Amino acid sequence: MFSYNDPFAAMTALQRALESRLQSDWIGASTSAAGSYPPINIFQQNDDFVAVIELPGVEKNDLQIEAKESTVRISGRKTPNYDAKASVHRRERLFGVFDRTLSLPVQIDADAIRAEYRDGLLALFIPRAASEKPRSIKIN
Amino acid sequence: MADQEVQVQQKREVEKKQESTVPLRSFLPVADIFETDQALKVVVEMPGVAKENVDVGVENDVLTITGRIELSKYEGLQPVYTEYNIGNYSRSFQISSKIDQDGIKAELKEGVMTVVLPKSEKAKARKISIG
Repeated sequence: MFSYNDPFAAMTALQRALESRLQSDWIGASTSAAGSYPPINIFQQNDDFVAVIELPGVEKNDLQIEAKESTVRISGRKTPNYDAKASVHRRERLFGVFDRTLSLPVQIDADAIRAEYRDGLLALFIPRAASEKPRSIKIN
Repeated sequence: MADQEVQVQQKREVEKKQESTVPLRSFLPVADIFETDQALKVVVEMPGVAKENVDVGVENDVLTITGRIELSKYEGLQPVYTEYNIGNYSRSFQISSKIDQDGIKAELKEGVMTVVLPKSEKAKARKISIG
């Protein structure tokens, strides 16, 4: 794809690649609408998929992930933990509950999905179903 | 009480006075700022930024917070569907000079950084009793 030796070039290339795929119709209209929280980026890694979801400030215990057939549901709540006595200068962060279901346009192996949550970033490693994987065909 | 749903926030890009030579995009982290009797508290959201990649500094009464994201995680990944862009985070705030600069503390948890700027002794409000 692109070289990671030059960090500026790598970042620029990645930003361009992300930009070009903004609101792509790969996922179709099947997902519960773009513009829902939390925002999701989906990448392809070899035959499988990686979904990267930004959830800053959400505690691991307040996050539920369920997978069934080709859908993945991400729900939870984001709660502030502020001192009630403080006076507010600026309030931009948003809190509340969220519930979003992602339907992938391919068959996935729902039982084998792996989740990692670090630094406010949730990564879901979603393997393609074995029946979907391309088989190489021998020529006799 | 019905719970409120979280809304999506579009990332705002950093607007600089000078253009950088590289067309890199960086973003303004959303921030909450509070004041207590003891300190000024700045809370910023920087998802994807690890502890070792943040910089917090105060210079000429300007608090600057920067966070760099880890690019290596994206190696070998081809985007197929995206809803947000990524980039480093940077934001500055003009603060009052009555801050105890040596006492500034920062903590990063789940992509949220809390910076506590303690007020210097002379800036703390004193209760005045009416005689």
